[in-house]
Amino acid sequence: MQIFIQTLVNGLTTGSLYALIALGYTMVYGVLKLLNFAHGDLFMVGAFIGYFAIGWFGGPTALTIPVPLLVIIMLVIASLGVGGLGVAIERFAYRPLRNAPRIAPLITALGISFVLENAVLLFFGGLTRYYNTPAFIPFSISIHIDGVSIGIVNIIIFAGSIILMLGLTALVNRTVLGKSMRAVASDREAAEMLGINVDRTIAMTFFIGSALAGAAGVMYGLYANQVANLIGFLAGLKAFTAAVVGGIGSIPGAMIGGMFIGLCESFSLSYISTRYGDLFVFAILIAVMLVRPTGIFGQAPLQKV
Amino acid sequence: MSPIGVDEWVARSGDRRQQHSGPLGALSRAYARVNWWQRLLVLAALGVAFGQIGANGFQQIVAFNSVLYAILAVGLNIVVGWAGLLDLGYIAFFGIGAYGYAMFSSHALGSLLTMTGGAELPTIAAVPIVLVFAGLVGMVIGLISLRLGGDYLAIVTLFFGLAFFEFVNNVDQTNLGGNNGIIALLPWHGFGGEIRSTIGYYYVVLIILILLMAALHLLNESRTGRAWRAVRDDELAAEVMTVPVNAVKVMAFSFGAMVAALAGTVFAAQQGNVFPTNFQSPILILIYACLVLGGVGSIGGAVLGGLAVTIVQQMLGSPTDEGYLFYGIILLALFWKVRPWQYLAATLAAIVGFGFAAHAIAGAISRSAIAGPTGSVGWIGSALRHWVVVPVNGETYGNILFVVVVCALIGIIRLRGIVRLVAVVPTIYFAACCWESRLSVDPAITAEIMIGGILVVMMAVRPHGILGTRRVEIV
Repeated sequence: MQIFIQTLVNGLTTGSLYALIALGYTMVYGVLKLLNFAHGDLFMVGAFIGYFAIGWFGGPTALTIPVPLLVIIMLVIASLGVGGLGVAIERFAYRPLRNAPRIAPLITALGISFVLENAVLLFFGGLTRYYNTPAFIPFSISIHIDGVSIGIVNIIIFAGSIILMLGLTALVNRTVLGKSMRAVASDREAAEMLGINVDRTIAMTFFIGSALAGAAGVMYGLYANQVANLIGFLAGLKAFTAAVVGGIGSIPGAMIGGMFIGLCESFSLSYISTRYGDLFVFAILIAVMLVRPTGIFGQAPLQKV
Repeated sequence: MSPIGVDEWVARSGDRRQQHSGPLGALSRAYARVNWWQRLLVLAALGVAFGQIGANGFQQIVAFNSVLYAILAVGLNIVVGWAGLLDLGYIAFFGIGAYGYAMFSSHALGSLLTMTGGAELPTIAAVPIVLVFAGLVGMVIGLISLRLGGDYLAIVTLFFGLAFFEFVNNVDQTNLGGNNGIIALLPWHGFGGEIRSTIGYYYVVLIILILLMAALHLLNESRTGRAWRAVRDDELAAEVMTVPVNAVKVMAFSFGAMVAALAGTVFAAQQGNVFPTNFQSPILILIYACLVLGGVGSIGGAVLGGLAVTIVQQMLGSPTDEGYLFYGIILLALFWKVRPWQYLAATLAAIVGFGFAAHAIAGAISRSAIAGPTGSVGWIGSALRHWVVVPVNGETYGNILFVVVVCALIGIIRLRGIVRLVAVVPTIYFAACCWESRLSVDPAITAEIMIGGILVVMMAVRPHGILGTRRVEIV
């Protein structure tokens, strides 16, 4: 039972990170019908920004500001920075290809992902960097349930991602921006004819999606305690799996899919095999694609002739 | 607005009107006069001639690798260029070829410890088995993903490629080597002989490439080739014209898989070992860069891209060659883009002058700002010693310059006329400083950034590549 609860907690924690990343994938796919392979690397950039933010405020062992403030500042800086990077990528790499054949922006996305990974390698080197989270958020602060201790970091991540997701849902459903995002997603040309600024809406979608990935990067750094230039690849792929399983283009789908993939991964690591954990996640994806290609919440696209 | 058709003739009308002059024009007219088969013959003759000039060991390896990547790019071109399917699991077929060779023509099915036993079939028998197997796997993956259509093809193939890597990396070490790989493979063998030298394998890949180009050229002109292009340009219209869309796509998929597997068998034999890391996504991106640079949809383009990207990538590893490469590309670009010659001369003079001025100013502010070592060695390094600004610990400086240069390049694309020419001067100078202080120090990373950059820039500036045909959509 203890193992079960521990696995459940781990699964929900990583699952909420995957869900946050998956939201960016799914939002971009919704408005542009583009699989943004560079999204996982934006997550990695966010984790690096968080790492440097700790350094700016005195380093993990000698912080000059209170810890809750530090966490909030890290999240804000990483979100803004990564959001800005996402908008820049959209503006200069994807926008010129709006009317190109479908395959062109996909190849560009592969290239961007590769450039980001290697630019970070060039700037910061290939060494793994450590957040050293226990030095400022001790493990001893935790909740005990049935002999299992749940660290405060897990709770921060879970609660933080739930808040962000609720905020996003409200934004998409209640605001003018959300309405124009939904309009662009359902028919770009019609939206443009009705006076919606399509370019601005797409840029905002990129900003929000990338900002969520940046926040997820900081949370990942706090949780896994280490960052390196290649973490974005695998995390991005799993989040991508989550987005597809949930139904790409669907926001609740990305949230449920992220949790689902996190739980699958953590249970397969605990109970099935530590060796084939990743393979198991990919197998789920292939199975879902075969049984229900549009994912849990996705809708089959209507083909207009 | 959805396009109702794609027309290559209309797209080329601009090129037909444009008259090249000078040596470049003579060259392009000569190129246009010879037909495809004569060009292939010239390529083959050049390839054989290279094998005869007695290249040193490093040059032989570079030659082998570039021809190998040309084969891989040609194979990818079948799937991506002709059938228009984004196959992100292509690298797995390369891996299947390599591992298949290890299993059937070497000792991988026997004991990895004593390196004996196993199938050890003659290569001539093993390669067809591997090819048929790869073709079948390609067919199955193709059938699965085509049932889903659209972007799902990219998704499923991507995960197939990853699953292949995860499998061979984590499989039990006593069976397929796991992350230790399989070492000491037999070379290509049969009929009592075997191929051991690099130059021998160079001829093998050269023969494969020439035969493959000939076969694919015929295929491209055939009913199947036309069907592929029809499906790529408009799937629905093709289906209405009774093209069996799914069969044609699966066929392209299988053909691509078989070409990749064939390349894999030679790769494994030449290396003498296979490791799971040989089949990871950076290699896939490299193959895509080859294809995209040369021109998606053109056999010649794929070959050219394969040769160019691989040669550049391998040259970046050598400290003497990388300087020639970097400054050579900059000069070529200037000569190609800046006309008339008065402008060109003024630009070059301005760059040189700007450099000396910047060097003098930086030196006046601080001695250590110009005291760092240049990354280039040899005469380039000593010639630029008093021109570029390289501070003593130039790493951070180089990183900042890198960001500046990337931003400046993005900006320059948007500028026009004389303003652009003026902006080019400091950009090139800063690029040179960045190169000397940072990029040439870590050539491996530089190569990777360059490969990613090729994909992004080519897609934005010239999506049809160097030799590909531009297509316009008629709305």
